[in-house]
Amino acid sequence: MGLEKFKDRNVGTQNYIKLDLTHPPKDGWSKFKQVLSRAVQPELFVGLWVTLREMNNALFRGKMHTTQYPLEKLPISPRYRAIHDMLRLLESGHYRCIGCGLCEKICISNCISMDTRYDENQRKEVSEYTINFGRCIFCGYCAEVCPELAIVHGGRYENASEQRASFSLFEDMLTPIDNLNLQQEYQGFGAISPNADDNIKKTPLAY
Amino acid sequence: MSEMQSVENMVSIKIDGVEYKAKEGEYILNAARANDIFIPAICYLTRCSPTLACRICLVEADGKQVYSCNAKVKEGMEITTTTPNILEERRAIMEVYDVNHPLQCGVCDQSGECELQNYTLELEVDSQSYSIPDTKRETKNWSSVLHYDAGLCIVCERCTTVCKDMIGDAAIKTTKRGGAALDKSLRGNMPKDAYAMWNKLQKSIIAPSNGTENTDCSDCGECVAVCPVGALVSRDFQYTTNAWDLKRIPATCAHCSSGCQIYYETKPTSISDRTEKIYRVTNEWNYVSLCGAGRFGYDFENRVESKDTKAFANAITAFNKAKVINFTSVITNEEALMLQTLKEKKGIKLINREARAFQIFLDFYSKASGNSLYTTDFKEVMKSDFVMSLGTSLRNDNPNARYAFNNVQKMNKGAGIYFHPVGDTLVPTFGRTIEVFNHKVGYEEAVLLLIIELFADKDKLPNSVKEQLDRAKLVEALGGDSAKFEKSFDKMMKKKEKFSLIVGEDLYFHQKAENIAKLIAVLENCSDIKVAMIPPKTNSLGVALICDLDDEADGFTIGYNASGDFRLSALGDGDLDMPAMNQQEGTLTNMHKRVTPTNAGLDYHGYTLNDIMKEVLSAPTHTIDWTPLLPTDKGFKAIDFDSLPNGYSNDGTENRGYLLDTSTVEVGDIEVNKFDDSIALDGEIAYRCNPQRQFSDFTDKAHQIFEEFALYASPKKAESLGKRVVVEFDNGNLELDVKVDDRMAGDIVAIPDFKSAENIYELFGASRYQKVIIREV
Ligand code: SF4
Ligand code: SF4
Ligand code: SF4
Ligand code: SF4
Ligand code: SF4
Ligand code: FES
Repeated sequence: MGLEKFKDRNVGTQNYIKLDLTHPPKDGWSKFKQVLSRAVQPELFVGLWVTLREMNNALFRGKMHTTQYPLEKLPISPRYRAIHDMLRLLESGHYRCIGCGLCEKICISNCISMDTRYDENQRKEVSEYTINFGRCIFCGYCAEVCPELAIVHGGRYENASEQRASFSLFEDMLTPIDNLNLQQEYQGFGAISPNADDNIKKTPLAY
Repeated sequence: MSEMQSVENMVSIKIDGVEYKAKEGEYILNAARANDIFIPAICYLTRCSPTLACRICLVEADGKQVYSCNAKVKEGMEITTTTPNILEERRAIMEVYDVNHPLQCGVCDQSGECELQNYTLELEVDSQSYSIPDTKRETKNWSSVLHYDAGLCIVCERCTTVCKDMIGDAAIKTTKRGGAALDKSLRGNMPKDAYAMWNKLQKSIIAPSNGTENTDCSDCGECVAVCPVGALVSRDFQYTTNAWDLKRIPATCAHCSSGCQIYYETKPTSISDRTEKIYRVTNEWNYVSLCGAGRFGYDFENRVESKDTKAFANAITAFNKAKVINFTSVITNEEALMLQTLKEKKGIKLINREARAFQIFLDFYSKASGNSLYTTDFKEVMKSDFVMSLGTSLRNDNPNARYAFNNVQKMNKGAGIYFHPVGDTLVPTFGRTIEVFNHKVGYEEAVLLLIIELFADKDKLPNSVKEQLDRAKLVEALGGDSAKFEKSFDKMMKKKEKFSLIVGEDLYFHQKAENIAKLIAVLENCSDIKVAMIPPKTNSLGVALICDLDDEADGFTIGYNASGDFRLSALGDGDLDMPAMNQQEGTLTNMHKRVTPTNAGLDYHGYTLNDIMKEVLSAPTHTIDWTPLLPTDKGFKAIDFDSLPNGYSNDGTENRGYLLDTSTVEVGDIEVNKFDDSIALDGEIAYRCNPQRQFSDFTDKAHQIFEEFALYASPKKAESLGKRVVVEFDNGNLELDVKVDDRMAGDIVAIPDFKSAENIYELFGASRYQKVIIREV
């Protein structure tokens, strides 16, 4: 389909179909008559009946049509971008984040902050990590930049609280260690592309 | 801008077809940089010798491939910065550097400012053609501050070069790596320079040069600063932040009179504590070298969260009845001017011992020489090829004076003579033609006479000097062997053109300061020697110029970081808090005769001296509003603080603040006194001298500086003294632990003055040396 039709902004020559509207009532008496005739139509009762019937169906005959939120939740897309998750390595259970700070740097609303330190094993330890959800715009940049697939978005979209700005700390986002087997790879921003293997140039190794 | 640029011959060169001017004898790389042209270079350090470790700086000059960091420009030279062959070499070099380099940018402290990362990207290395088996390379802690990760090291030798050519410790060197040998077939099959570079790289690694696991150096941290990768980092800084999270605040180091350019790098303390904290100090290491105090002694701030109105009211009362203000040289020019204003308007006397001694000495010197200020600075000293040092413990008093002394030996094929009563085992290692005179205390005039004898034009000398010159006798008097000295002096003088003399605090705290100042004036009048003076403490020069200091005073005293009846203190222990130097803006006058700006690295929410001034007299809104008011008749300029630059340009020109104006007037003949040894000291002698890295209470407060307030002695002397001693002075005693300074030699012991509460200046009085009795407790 060409776009010509849409680009033609000359409104005057288009063919509008005029609705055949009756004229609004003029004097008080005709207005009253119109109100009355509209109000006491039997359609009102038809509608009420439908409601009653469906209520009966839903409550007593087990034929519910709406989602029973919060008891029931619709599945969301694996690419959905809600409150972040911090993933762990499946083999060791250690958190994946290495504290590289790229997410902190890229974050467009400057809401990530982390503390790192030199730990007893001569490694960089992430001692605390936080996202200020009062500021986060759920853009997904952090998940995209993370080289370790550590910070990702999760499906937790219920984040009403007393304070919008309440923080989420490292342990809030981290996969609970006993749920490690349930940890899912994130499919959205930052996920490895299906053809990642083809894009890699191999480095020669001497051993 | 180019206030101090000496007239050097310029030549015309062409770089990539465009004509430029360059200083004659300059390396191509520096000439290109000065003209804002980029040539990749990794191993070269400005002010140090080229090592040719990286070979990436290849250019073509007049059709021949040369290393731009090592080849000098010539008139009419045509330089091409890239040819297909050079590009091939460079790419291969970067590929080689990436072989077996750990993929740990994610945690590496250098990430974001790493030259390996940068050049790998710049040269678009997107694949690897080489490989070799890796060698196990261990991570080591070399000292209390140095952390070396051999795995990340690219053996560019910048650390070893700066340590040797600039700092003088030569505490690290390349040693055997024990890596696999390169496949011989690569020779000829890969770019030549890349092969040569790799061959060397594969054989070496860096280690302490004393053969132990520890560096035992002055812990200046310059090696950390120059390391292009994350191989050398400071232990305290490691893994605490990422480079890009830090805010850089240009400042001036406030610990000694060198007034080095620094950046305070700050960031919030942690997630729960959002107050800013200084994480590290960095510098423009191509143009300035810091010492350990400047680099690691940065957390001396005085955290004050609110204004203490009661203490302030007390301060106003105190100022209204004050007769005396006692202060130190750790003070900005602006504050010094405030104090001077108090003196002028309210007749309050000003006491600052170290600045007063220097002021008197400068005065003697100006009267005798006609120069308003000493004639040279330490940048010029660095360009000389014969440097002498008198009246300063080079290793302790001022690190940059020492760097200059050392750099002359290394870079200018220089020679040096070190005159000092306290033996030092490091100074003689700076070069091959260094003579040391450990003369008697009180023989400083004899030293100057000897220097005059050696260098002055005898015809110009006043008679009072001429008649005292007897080379052999002077050499012997200073403890030398005249026959031997003659021989070595001849050797030292070969091909020497620029002479300089560094003098220090011993001469200002000296009974014969006047005669010494005159001798210096004579020396300058009658020879080519230029003299640079080391102001005793941070801003002693500024204070000496701005304030009209008093010798003695009594009555109600306000102490500013010093003792007094009412104490203003930036250490947090006084009656009213003041901001520390890293929380203040203002200017400092350094030993290079330069007025440099410094900015507040950290917040301060209390009162400042200017607030007091507002109440007591009248004052402008901000402290820095005083900057243009600094006395122009003393060489200061009426320039607003905000228009003072603080940086270096690509050709190394120092654009920091401004240079003091100096002037010279004609003066008459100089009459000097006859030297006699009446004030020479014998027996047990104590020398007022701080250990390296300690300068004041502020360095002492910093958590990474731990050199103790103790008696320092050579290993032999320390052994004879025992563990803890009482030192008896004429006017008091001091009980101290004995610490070994293994670079000291001889019997004189050093007693620090960095703790102002100990009143060391009182004990030593008008001299830096005192006869004492030391007994073990
Ligand atoms: S989703 Fe976007 S705004 Fe939110 S933390 Fe990540 S980068 Fe920042
Ligand atoms: S980008 Fe990933 S690995 Fe890096 S700090 Fe953020 S979460 Fe951690
Ligand atoms: S030294 Fe540079 S390239 Fe090597 S890991 Fe560190 S940041 Fe990466
Ligand atoms: S430690 Fe750093 S500066 Fe020293 S050789 Fe290795 S990479 Fe170069
Ligand atoms: S203490 Fe002196 S030499 Fe050391 S960094 Fe500071 S100003 Fe420079
Ligand atoms: S910079 Fe010239 S060889 Fe390294």
